[in-house]
Amino acid sequence: MPSLIDFRRRIRSVKNTQQITKAMKMVSAAKLRRAQESVIAARPYANSLKDMLGNVAAASKSMDVTHPLLMQRPEKNIQVILITADRGLAGALNTNLIRGAQKFMDEKPGIGMQLEAIGRKGRDHFKKRGVTITGEHYNLTKKCTYEDTKAIAQSIIARYANAEVDAVYLIFNEFKSVMTQKLDVRRLLPIVLPEGTVAKDYIYEQPAEKLLSALLPRYVEVELYKAVLESTAAEHAARMTAMDSASSNAADVIERLTLVMNRVRQASITREIIEVVSGASALE
Amino acid sequence: MAETFVLEITTPERLIAREPVTEAQIPGLDGYLGVLPGHAALLGELGFGELSYKTGGTLHHVVVHGGFVEINGDTTRVLCTSAEMPDQIDLERAKAALDKARKLLVSSGDMDIAHVLEASKRAEARVFAASKVAGKK
Repeated sequence: MPSLIDFRRRIRSVKNTQQITKAMKMVSAAKLRRAQESVIAARPYANSLKDMLGNVAAASKSMDVTHPLLMQRPEKNIQVILITADRGLAGALNTNLIRGAQKFMDEKPGIGMQLEAIGRKGRDHFKKRGVTITGEHYNLTKKCTYEDTKAIAQSIIARYANAEVDAVYLIFNEFKSVMTQKLDVRRLLPIVLPEGTVAKDYIYEQPAEKLLSALLPRYVEVELYKAVLESTAAEHAARMTAMDSASSNAADVIERLTLVMNRVRQASITREIIEVVSGASALE
Repeated sequence: MAETFVLEITTPERLIAREPVTEAQIPGLDGYLGVLPGHAALLGELGFGELSYKTGGTLHHVVVHGGFVEINGDTTRVLCTSAEMPDQIDLERAKAALDKARKLLVSSGDMDIAHVLEASKRAEARVFAASKVAGKK
């Protein structure tokens, strides 16, 4: 039976852990709020761009539009963009993502796969397993500007346009709510044109083909940017929930330990009394 | 006829303005577009320059750097790659950037012409807008 002092030590150590998890939860909550704000701030542009692309697509349906980014090819080489967190302690977030990516790759045997890793966790996993890594980007989830993702998107667009890869898939965590994140596998390229609302008679300042070829890469950039923002929000939300449950688990452990400790203390007091009493009665 | 139309200016990172305006001057790729309520539907690319719009008699300015513009009924959407408020531009730095870009343009070095041209246009727009603000003070 461990002695009283051992229990005291264990309780103190659990308390320390609890303080850390509580602090981490608070930090994540603050970061989550900021991440959510940037997700919301990015929405108007993304929605407008999508509408606009739809309208241009609808208006130019009569024309025979061909653009490298719309070209469908048999999928022989696939580029996967996997967005994970840089750090752990976020519950099952990264594990689920990596498992999802692994499953995606396993479902398509005999197809060349290469990975663009955003976030350290995904890179570490797939590097160990010998997957070709075309690029790795860290600290994007810390502070992500449009310029950062633009550079990544452009290198991927170039690869697709040069027919080095035949499709680009994006695997990331969609931010549903604070409690739930949903794994999302989305095809980024070739682009499926969104449906236009109305085929209006537009005046074209620039020819429609030129406008379309400027819009399409921008669309890819924005999709990637949005995915990174959503992943960031999802990461902080997952970490917050994980740290919250860690804190309450620590509280449970402390409660249990305190109970056992008190029982041990009482037992030793009882034993001492018995000893004193029986010692006194032996003298009589 | 309606007296105002909704002008929406967005960048990928945030919404800059969404409000009813009476008129707007939008820098298109091939020259300025003046937009008044009831403008015909239009699609085009955005150039580099100062966008100005009027709400209730006051004139607002935003410096925009490339993107798209769509006029559709009573909404005009400006999707710019990046945007700045003229009073936030550091005039000295903008001037330095413009000088650098211009020197690069006339030099016959190895470079991406389109890229440098874009940089120079951007710097020009910034200097123009910032010096106007500086002149007011």
